[in-house]
Amino acid sequence: MKNVKVLGTGCANCRHTAELIESIARERGNPIQLDKVEDLPGIMSYGVMSTPGVVIDGKVVHAGGVPSREKVESWFARSDA
Amino acid sequence: MTTSPLPSHVLPRWLVMLAVASILWVAAYSHLTDFADALLSLTGMTRETRPGEALHFFLYDTPKVLLLLTGIVFVMGIVQTFFAPERTRALLAGRRVGIGNVLAASLGIVTPFCSCSAVPLFIGFLSAGIPLGVTFSFLISAPMVNEVALALLFGMFGWKVAALYLGLGLAVAIVSGLVIGQLKMEDHLEDWVQQIQKGQLAPLSGEELTWVNRFEAGRNHVRNIVGKVWPYMLAGIAVGAGIHGYVPQDFMASFMGKDAWWAVPAAVLLGVPMYANAAGIIPVVEALLGKGAALGTVLAFMMSVIALSVPEMIILRKALKPRLIATFAGVVATGILLVGYVFNLVL
Repeated sequence: MKNVKVLGTGCANCRHTAELIESIARERGNPIQLDKVEDLPGIMSYGVMSTPGVVIDGKVVHAGGVPSREKVESWFARSDA
Repeated sequence: MTTSPLPSHVLPRWLVMLAVASILWVAAYSHLTDFADALLSLTGMTRETRPGEALHFFLYDTPKVLLLLTGIVFVMGIVQTFFAPERTRALLAGRRVGIGNVLAASLGIVTPFCSCSAVPLFIGFLSAGIPLGVTFSFLISAPMVNEVALALLFGMFGWKVAALYLGLGLAVAIVSGLVIGQLKMEDHLEDWVQQIQKGQLAPLSGEELTWVNRFEAGRNHVRNIVGKVWPYMLAGIAVGAGIHGYVPQDFMASFMGKDAWWAVPAAVLLGVPMYANAAGIIPVVEALLGKGAALGTVLAFMMSVIALSVPEMIILRKALKPRLIATFAGVVATGILLVGYVFNLVL
């Protein structure tokens, strides 16, 4: 099971990002553990400079803006799909 | 990091669409007056009457501003794909104070920026060793000198005023950053920020973007920006049209004119709590100007509305202690004030 973290201070784009990831993971039958990191020290500890950012299994895979659908799909297509 | 392989016909399709769109854009832009005249004649009104004049203003300005906004925002969306925040940071790291401030203010125009990620960006810069003053130059210029403001100024006042706004906005950002840098206020950052400063950064792996990605970014930028600001813009143009048609000539001269010395500070103060975006404020400003308000006063008002906003300061408060916030607001407000006075004196 992948651990996905959405980094963002709670703006609308951050919520959209979390919803998008959740729905695509569900579509693909790929169970994930989704956390939101909303406190700034927490966000900054990943070295991300623009939010929303996405961290999968401890690795920053995206930063700055809502990721495209294709991009999110690529995260869940690669392994155990 | 790869994007899914694209069919080879996608790029040509984009190019054809862009060519067609450009031709339509130019054709529409060169027929704005005809369009407004034609629509006005349908209503049976003429420009000699007040409601007629106001309506004509609205019918002429709305498509004009929309066209300019769409065009410029699209181009900026593409330009911004070349300046990810990580890239800007790399460009700024290791620069000296002075050159660094100039570069930071300039990069503020082309780097994508939203006030909700002001703090991460701020800290990201500091942690790369970029001096506080240089970071502030960026943080002041990024929201103030933005493509929406420039597009609207260009559309409503012509290129001279747009260029002035650009130059003065950069000047305020550069000088304010230099002043804040001189004040040595590093210990007025919140404690957790000072800790992170010593920490390391996980660099984001650079992604290779194709031209199709960049065009798509432009389109998304238009969708996001124009989709968000058009109601404000319409409201602004409607208020502007009302002022244009109904407020007597030179009415504004008495209290927003050159001779009222207190007009500039009043305009700056009035602007701080207002958090309108450029799209809403500029059409109003144009109408005020037409009624005798002085350009310096009006520009100061606009800069204050756009650059100094209470919501942004609340966000920044998470990383800055109150004295640094107050200094930031005070220095920028002073800079804007000077711009207003200098303008009123010179013009």
